[in-house]
Amino acid sequence: MAQVTLRKIVKKYDEVLAVRGIDLDIVDKEFLVLVGPSGCGKSTTLRMIAGLEEISGGDIEIGGHVVNDVPPKDRDIAMVFQNYALYPHMNVYENMSFGLKLKKTPKDEIDRRVKQAAGILDITELLDRKPKQLSGGQRQRVAMGRAIVRDPKVFLFDEPLSNLDAKLRVQMRTEIKKVHQKVRTTTVYVTHDQIEAMTLADRVVVMNAGLIEQVGTPNDLYHSPATKFVAGFIGSPAMNFIPCQLEQAAGALSVRLSDKLSFPVPSDRTARYASHAGKANLVLGLRPEHIAETRPHTEANQHDFDMMIDVDEPMGMETLIYFTIGGADVCGRVNPNAGAMSGKAMKLRADLSNMHLIDDSTGKVL
Amino acid sequence: MADIAARSPTVSMGDNRSSLHKLMQRKSTIAFLMALPLILLVLILVAYPAGYAVYLATLNKGMTRFVGFGNFEFLFGRETFWMVVYQSCLFAITAVIFKAIIGFVVAHFVHNIPSKGQRKWRGMLLVPWVIPPAMSTLAWLWLFDPSYSAINWILAHFGIAGIPWTGETDWARFSVILVNVWIGSPFFMIMYLAALKSVPEQLYEAASIDGATWWQRIWFVTLPMMRNIIAITALFSLIVTFANFDIVRVLTAGGPLNSTHIFGTWAFRVGIEGGDIPLGAAVSLFMVPILAVAATFILRDITKRGSEV
Repeated sequence: MAQVTLRKIVKKYDEVLAVRGIDLDIVDKEFLVLVGPSGCGKSTTLRMIAGLEEISGGDIEIGGHVVNDVPPKDRDIAMVFQNYALYPHMNVYENMSFGLKLKKTPKDEIDRRVKQAAGILDITELLDRKPKQLSGGQRQRVAMGRAIVRDPKVFLFDEPLSNLDAKLRVQMRTEIKKVHQKVRTTTVYVTHDQIEAMTLADRVVVMNAGLIEQVGTPNDLYHSPATKFVAGFIGSPAMNFIPCQLEQAAGALSVRLSDKLSFPVPSDRTARYASHAGKANLVLGLRPEHIAETRPHTEANQHDFDMMIDVDEPMGMETLIYFTIGGADVCGRVNPNAGAMSGKAMKLRADLSNMHLIDDSTGKVL
Repeated sequence: MADIAARSPTVSMGDNRSSLHKLMQRKSTIAFLMALPLILLVLILVAYPAGYAVYLATLNKGMTRFVGFGNFEFLFGRETFWMVVYQSCLFAITAVIFKAIIGFVVAHFVHNIPSKGQRKWRGMLLVPWVIPPAMSTLAWLWLFDPSYSAINWILAHFGIAGIPWTGETDWARFSVILVNVWIGSPFFMIMYLAALKSVPEQLYEAASIDGATWWQRIWFVTLPMMRNIIAITALFSLIVTFANFDIVRVLTAGGPLNSTHIFGTWAFRVGIEGGDIPLGAAVSLFMVPILAVAATFILRDITKRGSEV
């Protein structure tokens, strides 16, 4: 058990900067998820923590010791790989006990720990099998078992669920969370799937182009994204971005989305946005769930408007509707019984209390 | 088989032309016809000579009379024969071991060369293997010349007396093995290199995170992953080395005093040069059971592991 600290971590491949100076404090027992699109440097960062990649600059500390030049085998970490990386010539027991065997752990101690880990992961009856005889989900469990048995300071997961089918992925996600609640080891988990990140993490690190965009709890990222990238990356369906103008008239602010459509800015945000009035390149960010069908009574900052629906997608528990405002595609989520139909007009309601105003030239959320 | 069994009820006995037509259209028939040229080639070039050798080995020296196992009994009684057995085993086993070790080590070096320069090195390292052995052995013969060779000349500069490379029993055995290793190592290198490339990089990463040193990675990951290739390559090389002829023939011609003869060269000496073709055939036949045993052992091991992985 230990905290992990990254200070100004840089990774250069020839002249290409894959990671461009990352600072990160991972608290003891924390489940931290690195998320971002492919090529954002998240896997590279994880592999640098593991010691599989040399760092080009900065410091990595595990448990208070700088480990920049410590080889992976001496870092006391365990890693679960995307393709499991189980040793094909060893059975499950041998796979799980390999690390302990190398450390010359006594046989009965190895046996006890393997059986215990197998119990946690429910793979006791698979111990004699070879990896070839296991399904994807079982291999994934074995790979986790191999990590748990070692009782390392830090668990590293490198996109461990991306080789599984959708159903199994959801199941294993819960499994991983349960295991972490049982063993409580500091965990760094890399994924490109924002749902995985949201559901698993104590804190999420959103990376983009070798830099950290934002660090925060899943709810922080969802409700108060710091940048347009985070706002668009977290949440599914993604947040709507609608080009807008901020108009000031008689002390009141309003966002104008088109000639016909304009909403007053919530009064508690007036002070925050006032200085940006009249600026170019402003974008209104509004999540699909904040565009719904109209309802009888109105709460503060909710505004009705009429819209022609382009496409409706019934999902069962809700219906997604798509329409355009000022050239931007917009998605809303309405009650399946609200009568949304492609090609028909509908009365919708926008909840501006959850709006985000984004300066598109800097990408920052204002 | 299942194909034939399943279809046979539909083939009517009365209509011969259509049943022949059906026979021709059957997949197994077509497969057999396609393989026929090769089968004929094997029969003519392998099965017939092998059968003929067995037949020859049962004749007397003049090839006029059937003597049964007479030639074999005669061989068992000759000291030279047992020398040849010993030397063949010594030659083949030692050479294969060294070829395997050198091939393995060199394959690792080449594997770690950045891919840009790797082709060049791979090509250069294959040179000993692609030169016709009779030619390269001739070059070695000159290098081994006791009076005028480069090796002894260099040794003389260091004050070391000239070594009788091909003139003394132990040195001659050493020399033929050395040349065989020189020629054969690249084959091992290229096979092992291919095997190394097929081991997923992540297994090494997993092993190093599991705490394995580089030696433990080789022992617990590389070697087990390469076992089948190692076994097949070793078996193949063992057979070829055991049946070697050209290197020994060119370098020492079996000398001095028969001390470097192996089955191939001795069979040639006895059969062709000595004019006793049946006896030569008998000598060469001794390779078959020895190699068959080796082949069975190694191949059985491969199928066993093949089914468990």
